[in-house]
Amino acid sequence: MDDILLDVQGVSHCFRLGKNTVLRALDGVSFQLRRGEIFGLVGESGSGKSTMARCIMSILRPTAGAIRYLGVNICDPGQFRAHKELLQTSRQLIFQDSASSLDPRMTVADIIAEPMAIHRARPPRGSLRNEAAFQLKCVGLDQGCLDRRPGELSGGQRQRVAIARALSMGPELLVADEPIASLDVSIQAQIINLFRHLQEEHGFTFLFIAHDLAVVRYLCSRVGVLYQGKLVEVGPAKEVFADPRHPYTRALLSAIPIPDPRRERERVPQSFDPAQFCREGRLREVSPGHWVLEKEGES
Amino acid sequence: MSDLLEIKNLSVSFRTPQGEVEAVRDVSFSLHPGEVLAIVGESGCGKSVLCRSIMKLLPRNAWIKGGTILADGTDITRYSQRDMDRLRGRLFSMVLQDPMAALNPTMTVGAQIAEAVRIHQPRMDRAAVRRRVLELMELVGIDRPEDRYGRYPFDFSGGMRQRSVMAIALACGPKVLFADEPTTALDVTIQAQILDLLRDVQARLGTASVLVTHDLGVVARAADRVAVMYAGRIVETGTVEDIFYDPRHPYTWGLLRSLPAWAKEDEPLYTIPGMPPSLLHPPKGDAFACRNEYALAIDYQEAPPMFQVSESHFAATWLLDERAPKIAPPLGGGLNG
Repeated sequence: MDDILLDVQGVSHCFRLGKNTVLRALDGVSFQLRRGEIFGLVGESGSGKSTMARCIMSILRPTAGAIRYLGVNICDPGQFRAHKELLQTSRQLIFQDSASSLDPRMTVADIIAEPMAIHRARPPRGSLRNEAAFQLKCVGLDQGCLDRRPGELSGGQRQRVAIARALSMGPELLVADEPIASLDVSIQAQIINLFRHLQEEHGFTFLFIAHDLAVVRYLCSRVGVLYQGKLVEVGPAKEVFADPRHPYTRALLSAIPIPDPRRERERVPQSFDPAQFCREGRLREVSPGHWVLEKEGES
Repeated sequence: MSDLLEIKNLSVSFRTPQGEVEAVRDVSFSLHPGEVLAIVGESGCGKSVLCRSIMKLLPRNAWIKGGTILADGTDITRYSQRDMDRLRGRLFSMVLQDPMAALNPTMTVGAQIAEAVRIHQPRMDRAAVRRRVLELMELVGIDRPEDRYGRYPFDFSGGMRQRSVMAIALACGPKVLFADEPTTALDVTIQAQILDLLRDVQARLGTASVLVTHDLGVVARAADRVAVMYAGRIVETGTVEDIFYDPRHPYTWGLLRSLPAWAKEDEPLYTIPGMPPSLLHPPKGDAFACRNEYALAIDYQEAPPMFQVSESHFAATWLLDERAPKIAPPLGGGLNG
């Protein structure tokens, strides 16, 4: 199939914590990203969301499984080297904490132009500085920021700079690891609108990792739920939110506070008993495109 | 019933190389026994500074510029650190945002709770201290306290750590508990548990709490009354129902409208235009005026006083003045409606 941009097949990643302890951060996760969609990956802390992002971006090499990006297996060093240029330019990552992911000693113009300088890309707008100015305008910052340093910007502005840097290469795949977790409510709304607008404009494929489910429901077309390194449910966002099938998804959804006191207080949170959450078995398709992890032999 | 805490016209400033930063400006509120008051606002609006100034936990470069703090009927505005030591823990205590940073990683959790108990009751014998610690651990919902007594913070999950911090805060039965973003560092699944615990402790011990948060979902779950802060001032206060179903201040409208939970899928999210002002040189008039689509000319001239909407509900906006033009509020009369 042509419209699959990224194909994650049975990826596992283990961290060695000591001589005899191994942490299975990811355990046989498979999913696909279609070209041009916004895919949300949700789960608690420690569920392996960030590890997944890092495997996809080749920061970590999975212990088992394969990740195919445009048909290239990025886990295979030979294939990776052969397509290095393509892989490094067309995948971009946005980190959670913009205070630590931007070099405090560089100016905003240099930060945004750095990926182009590294890849010796020919800037379509003449100079690297013009290109940085253009990208800055796209993310809604004014030109006065070009010569400032990250320390002089607010959290929302810094996150916009991080987005401008990621977009400067015109990526096919944008991975954002909790990009709005460290921002205020009113600024979060601005950044979410920006993501939506940019995605429509550029048409990149967007993997959005978050723990804020209300945001994921609003932004994403499909969603995957990770629980202790296992993908327990994946499907169209509307359907997963309206009709969650896996007990963990249900518990997770019941935990989001509703900003409405009367309804919120009537609600009884679901019991959160890990014993009920099956982690074994295989994904079964319950309706078109909606897969749930179930024990084998159960229906 | 007398108020546990009464703050009148409190102003707190910071001395910085760039000049004076007016972090809290002319704030008044009161806390009734046994209630949860939520203080909401964006980062930098002065909500944490407000709590810390009441606890006198401000850094050296900050000072209380004016106003009075009455705690349980006594004026503590000019109290020295030594006088405060007698009040902290007994009259009020605090739960901070990040439990890992609040706990000592080299001490067992049991020993840390015991420390808090012993400091305030030095004559208690060992067995009694241990009994009290186990009782506290049970109170905050740590199962099998005997096993967990000798464990270190790194053995605990985030939620368990926050429970331990609560046990320390509650060690001497304070009348007021300040909780500064107690669930921000935790997962949603744990968040609900901690908030329910807060309310449960409230009901059992009769402690009043001040809950500082930026999450309106948290407010909806846990608070009785709400104070909305913007640029160092309280702009609206009322019961939870007042604020969520009948908000009057344009900033509160903006906050509620920008929540993704209410957004329609095909519409962009509502955003409040612009950025919060710098408190280094706070603007003349209403600090929210330049971001306010309903701003009147007077907003740029003079800061609005608190207008009374109902017995419990106050808002500082000129829109409530009788001379103001009548506008249709974008929200109110039942959210979502």
